[in-house]
Amino acid sequence: MASTKAAPEASGVHGPTRAAIGVRTLREDRWWLAPLTTFVVFSAFIVYATWRAFANSHYYVGDYLSPFYSPCLTNKCGAAADFGTPFGGFPLSAALIILIFPLGFRMSCYYYRKAYYRAFWLSPPACAVAEPHTTYTGETRLPLILNNIHRYFWYAAIVVGAILTYDAALSFQNFGVDGHRSGHVGLGSLIMVVNVAFIWLYTLSCHSCRHTVGGRLRHFSKHPVRYKLWTWVSKLNVHHAKFAWYSLFSVAFADLYIYLLSNGTISEARFF
Amino acid sequence: MAYTLKLKIWRGDKSGGEIKDYPVEVSEGEVVLDAIHRVQGTQAGDLAVRWNCKAGKCGSCSAEINGKPRLMCMCRLSDFAEDETITVTPMRSFPVIRDLVTDVSFNYEKAKELPSFSPPPRDGDNKRRMAQIDVERGQEFRKCIECFLCQNTCHVVRDHEENKPAFAGPRFFLRYAELDMHPLDTNDRRNLAQEQAGLGMCNITKCCTEVCPEGIKITDNAIIPMKERVADVKFDPLVWLGAKIGLRTKDNDGRTEV
Repeated sequence: MASTKAAPEASGVHGPTRAAIGVRTLREDRWWLAPLTTFVVFSAFIVYATWRAFANSHYYVGDYLSPFYSPCLTNKCGAAADFGTPFGGFPLSAALIILIFPLGFRMSCYYYRKAYYRAFWLSPPACAVAEPHTTYTGETRLPLILNNIHRYFWYAAIVVGAILTYDAALSFQNFGVDGHRSGHVGLGSLIMVVNVAFIWLYTLSCHSCRHTVGGRLRHFSKHPVRYKLWTWVSKLNVHHAKFAWYSLFSVAFADLYIYLLSNGTISEARFF
Repeated sequence: MAYTLKLKIWRGDKSGGEIKDYPVEVSEGEVVLDAIHRVQGTQAGDLAVRWNCKAGKCGSCSAEINGKPRLMCMCRLSDFAEDETITVTPMRSFPVIRDLVTDVSFNYEKAKELPSFSPPPRDGDNKRRMAQIDVERGQEFRKCIECFLCQNTCHVVRDHEENKPAFAGPRFFLRYAELDMHPLDTNDRRNLAQEQAGLGMCNITKCCTEVCPEGIKITDNAIIPMKERVADVKFDPLVWLGAKIGLRTKDNDGRTEV
């Protein structure tokens, strides 16, 4: 975001034409709390997700498949390879093949952009709080200009959402030793259903979704169905940030539950 | 109940200035602008302050109150504890003229750069027609009172004076979006919004939305939709291909790029 070009020593709010106020902000509220919270939580998620993505173990148990590894496309996936093994002998973790899609979707998401520009890049850390950078080019250059292809990651997110829905549906069945299948409801299934619900709410409240279904039009009156869809997505879109957080927690929790089940730390709570 | 407000005001001009104490008696129900006027009337007759309607509709009394960009006339004293100090400074993104008055001509220069609404010829009965839902779409944007608090808080120019020539700011992205969504406008400003107005410099950190006294969702309803519209013409190969083979051009019929 910042270029290497040197800026004048006194610029921004300390520039020669601005009111001479010595401090970078006069805000007295706890403006630092929101970016700090974002920084801590997102960092914790990044550490956890990186560890789990590279771990390449304990990502499925019975019919529960971790959302970090779904769809599982390598030979190591065993019974969890619901979509075949096109990457058969892939030597690294199966998660590394597919995580680019949810990762790219979130990295280029309009809400996450706001969050990480504020919390990680301090550009700005909060409103009316001067940022530390001397120069700024925004999203006009590589790599940040790539955020403009957010819609393509949204297309992929639709597919990911469909696959996770399929996983959640599969989680309600039992494998018998003779191949016989029967239904059950366990805590894991409920966790996967809640997770996929939040994933869909996050995906369908996306700004690119809002644009695609109808926002791009100039004549709502000529497209009544798309206008209706746009009003629905607009209602969801207001809560996009909330869904971004909920789905971040739910996907990590679903993975953690399956990890703990898989390595035997906990046992499944079954309702029937 | 009257009480003595611990008020601080930045006094000075482009050669320098300082924050000075002006303890002033205020009453329940008053706003910051009332306190400023009382200081002007009783203690500092030469205090420069720009104001007009005192009703949050003219957009004149923009300033920073305890560091937050706000309208002085819409900032109630009851939002603060009686023993709390209130510090009022001019907007910090624009050149200061004197005391609380800044030179906001940057915004008028940017307004001039934006090609105006350009309707098509009238219908046979000498009228133009729009459906009600298309009329309603732009109403939120027309609530803008041009207080320029969004322009003031936008870090792209607040923290980087050198960006001013290349960046129009949120108030004008709002206008770009309004016109781009207007079914009767014949100008296509999407490339212009990116190239001349610097839409790509916005990193959607939403401070413009946070400070808007009219509650306009500038980022979600104007800037992001405008970024998506720019992506249609500049960053999306599928839309480009669709337009080339004639699949997706109907909605843009009658528009020419400016």
